[in-house]
Amino acid sequence: MTVFDRAYDDTVRVLDEDGEVVGDLPDLDDESLVEMYRHMRLARHFDGRAVSLQRQGRMGTYPPLSGQEGAQIGSAYALDADDWMVPSYREHGAALVHGLPLKQTLLYWMGHEDGNRAPDGVNVFPVAVPIASQVPHATGAAWASKLRGENDAFICYFGDGATSEGDFHEGVNFAGVFDTPTVFFCNNNQWAISVPRERQTRSATLAQKAEAYGIDGVQVDGMDPLAVYSVTEAALEKARDPETDRPRPTLIEAVQYRFGAHTTADDPTVYRDDDEVESWKRKDPIDRLESYLRGEGVLDDERVAEIESSVEAQVADAIDAAESMARPDPRELFEHAYAELPPELERQYEEFAALHDERGDAAFLED
Amino acid sequence: MTETQNLTLVQAIRDGLHTELREDDDVVVMGQDVGKNGGVFRATEGLFDEFGGDRVIDTPLAESGIVGTAVGMAAMGMRPVPEIQFSGFMYPGFDQIVSHMARFRTRSRGRFTLPMTLRAPYGGGIRAPEHHSESKEAFYAHEAGLKVVIPSTPYEAKGLLAASIRDPDPVIFLEPKLIYRAFREEVPEEPYTVPIGEAATRREGDDVAVFTYGAMTRPTLEAAETLGEEGIECEVVDLRTISPLDREAIVEAFEKTGRAVVVHEAPKTGGLAGEITAILQEEALLYQEAPIGRVTGFDVPYPLYALEDYYLPSAARIEDGILEAVEF
Repeated sequence: MTVFDRAYDDTVRVLDEDGEVVGDLPDLDDESLVEMYRHMRLARHFDGRAVSLQRQGRMGTYPPLSGQEGAQIGSAYALDADDWMVPSYREHGAALVHGLPLKQTLLYWMGHEDGNRAPDGVNVFPVAVPIASQVPHATGAAWASKLRGENDAFICYFGDGATSEGDFHEGVNFAGVFDTPTVFFCNNNQWAISVPRERQTRSATLAQKAEAYGIDGVQVDGMDPLAVYSVTEAALEKARDPETDRPRPTLIEAVQYRFGAHTTADDPTVYRDDDEVESWKRKDPIDRLESYLRGEGVLDDERVAEIESSVEAQVADAIDAAESMARPDPRELFEHAYAELPPELERQYEEFAALHDERGDAAFLED
Repeated sequence: MTETQNLTLVQAIRDGLHTELREDDDVVVMGQDVGKNGGVFRATEGLFDEFGGDRVIDTPLAESGIVGTAVGMAAMGMRPVPEIQFSGFMYPGFDQIVSHMARFRTRSRGRFTLPMTLRAPYGGGIRAPEHHSESKEAFYAHEAGLKVVIPSTPYEAKGLLAASIRDPDPVIFLEPKLIYRAFREEVPEEPYTVPIGEAATRREGDDVAVFTYGAMTRPTLEAAETLGEEGIECEVVDLRTISPLDREAIVEAFEKTGRAVVVHEAPKTGGLAGEITAILQEEALLYQEAPIGRVTGFDVPYPLYALEDYYLPSAARIEDGILEAVEF
């Protein structure tokens, strides 16, 4: 029996809302568990700071992740460094675990192209904003790995709304047909902006959509970082194993909740009740893991305070680093559109550069 | 006496939807977050409460589904007004737009027609995230069978929207979101239309004709005012509809001045400026006294917002372009 041999609505759980153990604990040592907890705190603190930077006009529109740390950190922890992450636009926490510096995430939402450029060796695809558009990429990238005889796994993140898009179905179908090493990780946070999960699909679960493509599907409590870790780990292991007797791709539905707005441009009080938000806040993934670790004697007040101040310092440093970047050179507009500028674009570039040399920013910016 | 309200452009669009929903039971508004949420730009605020969920419809997150089901509704004689939340997300629905929305009348030899209006906010300048700022109106102008309307004032937005919804053919209605709330205008409460396919002269002048539309109308007028102080008089023509183009108005303004500049924020290559230039070559070559100028976005992917002001035509760049045409 594996974790995949269960009904689609039989949600995998390890910790209950109070942090009591109700399932099989993953094989993680105390330090790893504390690191996981620290990353969740880091993601939560980063999120709060990012929202306030936006409010202060220091950053553009930003999509908050609070409430989703269990799914993001728990799943990313299961990746090997060589595995690849194909995110949507809300996976700042997962990307951080997989090596993307916070400064990059800040720069991206501050409107700098450089923010989308992960450092070499960090196997993270650029943020994908159009919903579900990254799903076929994850299948194709994993397919390339398979065709080349490599054994890397690929995890693709998307939301509940994405399962309504054609790209989701086409990407997952290809994965089934070509048996690619892809883990499709659905962050079902209940709301696609104002549209509730029930309105996306009449299916009882999102996990069951795997059935139609002949791959494994499993639902996990996305507010439970240890359950998420276990399920993702099992799916990745199966993806990496060409000899597995199961389908290599898996669809994981992580049931969770976005505590905040869709983005800083959204006001969720228009479309959902405070009671609902409060009831999900009682399932907070950070509190849950903290209770468990305190109960085990792994965390105490002192260690928690230490972690708190270290994550505050880390986020403050990242903000300083991002804000100390100068505005990009306007000439960068023309970089990276092609390997080599075509003649017409070269001409436009010369015209642009000449105007900028002669008149400076005044030729472009309103006073 | 006609009652009016002092409205922004996005409020006028909301008012236009409200009026058409009230006037015609076959009109439905559909899309992502258009119902309970009232639209991410508030363009459908209050309509769900007033008309209910069967006429102001929150759909699953699926652009092809939104456009394709609207095609089906329209084929049955309804007048759906689907919204795509940002024009940058129209592409999953592009197949439905070009393969069906544009061709149903032709393919069915007139048996089925599609009186539908696809709305989407478009254009840059609001510090939005990636894929939220592009101007790809030329795609749709290139597609036979569609009409493409781009309002630039609140009064006309309501009238053009009504004309689009009542039009027997499918209309792509692109809303310049940079000026959604830029200024207010008196907008009649009663229903009225502003005709599709007619340009509007925003400023009279004898020295040079400047053609533009959408959000670029404002910086173009600003440049024209500045040049006016120096004795250079620009005729500024707001196209309002980019398909079908108002050839007559374009040619008339050019014949009056002999010089022309076209301003759009869309990239230069394959943009509307090239089409307008070709019309002038076809119709009024002998009036031409200078090369026709193009002040446009560059042929690069639309940048993230730290550099977007360098991408969009500024009043200063427009002035330069006009001066070049005038001083040739």
